[in-house]
Amino acid sequence: MLHSLLQLGDKYFMWNEGPMIWTSDVLIVLTSLGIIGVLTYLKRWNWLWKEWLTTVDHKKIGIMYIIAAFAMFFRGGMDGLIIRAQLAVPNNQFLNAEHYDQVFTTHGTIMILFMAMPFIIGLMNIAVPLQIGARDVAFPYLNALSFWLFFFAALLFNISFVIGGSPDAGWTSYAPLAGPFYDTGVGENYYLISLQITGIGTIATGINFLVTILKMRAPGMTLMKMPMFTWSILVTSIIIIFAFPVLTVTLALLMFDRLFGAQFFSVTHGGLPMMWANLFWIWGHPEVYIVILPAFGVFSEVVSTFSHKRLFGYKAMVVSMVAIAILSFTTWVHHFFTMGAGASVNSFFSFSTMLIAVPTGVKMFNWLFTMYKGRIQFTTSMLWALAFIPNFLIGGLTGVMLAVAPADYQYHNSYFLVAHFHYVLIAGTVFGVFSGLYYWWPKMFGHILNEKIGKWAFWIFMISFNMTFMPMYFLGLMGMTRRMYTYPAGLGWGPLNMIETIGALGMGLGFVVMVYDIVYSIRHPEKDLTGDPWDGRTLEWSIPSPAPEYNFAVIPEVKGIDAYWMMKHPKGQEPEPTKAVDKSKIRPIHMPNNSYRPFIISVAFFVAGFGFIWQWYWLGIPGLIVVVIGLFLRSFEYDDEHFISTEEIVQTETAAGRL
Amino acid sequence: MSGQPSHEGFPWKHVIGFVLSILLTVMALWLVFSMQLPVSTEIVSILVLAVFQVLIQLLLFMHLTERDGPAYHVISLIFGAFIAFTIVGGSIWIMAFRSMVS
Repeated sequence: MLHSLLQLGDKYFMWNEGPMIWTSDVLIVLTSLGIIGVLTYLKRWNWLWKEWLTTVDHKKIGIMYIIAAFAMFFRGGMDGLIIRAQLAVPNNQFLNAEHYDQVFTTHGTIMILFMAMPFIIGLMNIAVPLQIGARDVAFPYLNALSFWLFFFAALLFNISFVIGGSPDAGWTSYAPLAGPFYDTGVGENYYLISLQITGIGTIATGINFLVTILKMRAPGMTLMKMPMFTWSILVTSIIIIFAFPVLTVTLALLMFDRLFGAQFFSVTHGGLPMMWANLFWIWGHPEVYIVILPAFGVFSEVVSTFSHKRLFGYKAMVVSMVAIAILSFTTWVHHFFTMGAGASVNSFFSFSTMLIAVPTGVKMFNWLFTMYKGRIQFTTSMLWALAFIPNFLIGGLTGVMLAVAPADYQYHNSYFLVAHFHYVLIAGTVFGVFSGLYYWWPKMFGHILNEKIGKWAFWIFMISFNMTFMPMYFLGLMGMTRRMYTYPAGLGWGPLNMIETIGALGMGLGFVVMVYDIVYSIRHPEKDLTGDPWDGRTLEWSIPSPAPEYNFAVIPEVKGIDAYWMMKHPKGQEPEPTKAVDKSKIRPIHMPNNSYRPFIISVAFFVAGFGFIWQWYWLGIPGLIVVVIGLFLRSFEYDDEHFISTEEIVQTETAAGRL
Repeated sequence: MSGQPSHEGFPWKHVIGFVLSILLTVMALWLVFSMQLPVSTEIVSILVLAVFQVLIQLLLFMHLTERDGPAYHVISLIFGAFIAFTIVGGSIWIMAFRSMVS
């Protein structure tokens, strides 16, 4: 009896792999019990269900995205630390090669798809409707569905660590290595199916925000009067809509290979393994612009606000973002120059890649000119934006070096490349979302994050970041290749690797200090009573903090770029009392109802996904049937809206001091 | 907000489009699995079916013929055509080296 139980444990839970798995099992069980215990003890189940799990409010969905992103940052960061622990000294045997493969695979996949993406989608959920003077996104129900699909996909991906084994073919999951012949077991199935599920959510988000921005702007806000962050999200949504379907198809093809014996990417039966790299990067390259353009948008807002100046070169900013969006679809081959395509192919894609540096450079100069002669205020948010410029520049310029196809034969898959993409993704995306988090936190929670602790977190993280990744450029030039699990002594790589590991620990410490800042600020809140703590320029600062459920009691009239700034400083007349709401203009507000269905549909997707991963079709097919029932019921739902009465709005606005 | 209060009868257009699009997919599968055609004939027939599929999507689901407000759909169609051309044409061009190495 016990023996057969242990055998099952070895088969499904990998108990034969030692203490790391056992510790994870124990920690997961304890954490789950802890969460259940606390919720039961505080009698918060009902609150959780009514206020959060069924909500369709864009602000709450945004907050949940960011909480999930923080959790995933922790998970991906731990993977990073484990990688650095293994590489700290030569000939290290802390991990074996197989475990090392799994760790760098989950590190990359989680950081891109389950950390960067949700963090950015979280910020856009919070800021975009408020910036354009809307009361929610165009499709609030779909928005909730997007979030829960992402959430359960992330859960599905993460449980691979303790149930069945993690994927181990790299975050790019190249065929034929990731195909059924070379990679048996369920790990790659976890990768394919959880990415597929979160991809559905992301496509829905792209459509949702495209329609929201095109259709729901306040009167007077023409496209060329939109805040720059909203512009960046508009462009990002378009890239999402055109890029993510490619990922969907690509994942589906490999899934057919692995589950149903198709031969799309096989070596022997007429398949074309290199087509995987081609298709993956047709999505993968636009994907990096999906995570960087919103960060550019955040920097535009933050730099302009804290320089107390209008953004320099608004039109040039817009044009360069549109140019980046178009070019992003024409550069994908630079990820596999060494595959063997002809000289003309490599020259073309080399040229198109270098071309991207032009609009990016335009944006860089515009931020610098925005700051020129401005009254710069060094808040934490601004520090992240300032640090972005030199650090991202290092990443960008080494990117141009990598774009030179003949030279790339030297750099390809070396640590030089690893350093480059960490410099652009961390100094771009991560600095961007942290900047945005400190900037919009008051609007989310009604209090400011402690600036002093925040600056400590910034300096620790930023210096450690350079310590971790700067030596990688040199290691790459010294010949260290990517994804090697250990290296012999005597090559002179040891000291630099040790510096990197110390730097990685420093980044971990910076993250902990930032989490401490959040906890400290919640316990000792510095309340934002004005709704406009930074002397902001865009509409989100014209309403109370935290924003009321309906956002705007009265939809504002927009007269130009920086709409709220113009309300505060009208030309040629006395400043109006901009805070006050005109009571005579308040009407009942039409709002969408909460719905439990997005949550249930996503649970069903999770169950179905789990079934398909293990090829348990008795589980997978019923899961999909529940999904279809959920969609069907939604089609016949007519009563999904309610009104907030005038009295209730008056009450809320009075409490916020607006009436 | 979600859903318009006015409903214009039964959505026949969508149901017909849905059935037709599934039918076209099944036909493509059937061509490959059940018919013993030369490869070039198979590819051409799948392409023809794909053109019909595109037309169904554009006419029955994507409201190509309805005009209301700014011409966003023209811009997005042009951009979509550009992306499709880049992906298909680019992939063929990139993968052409295979005929030289294998």
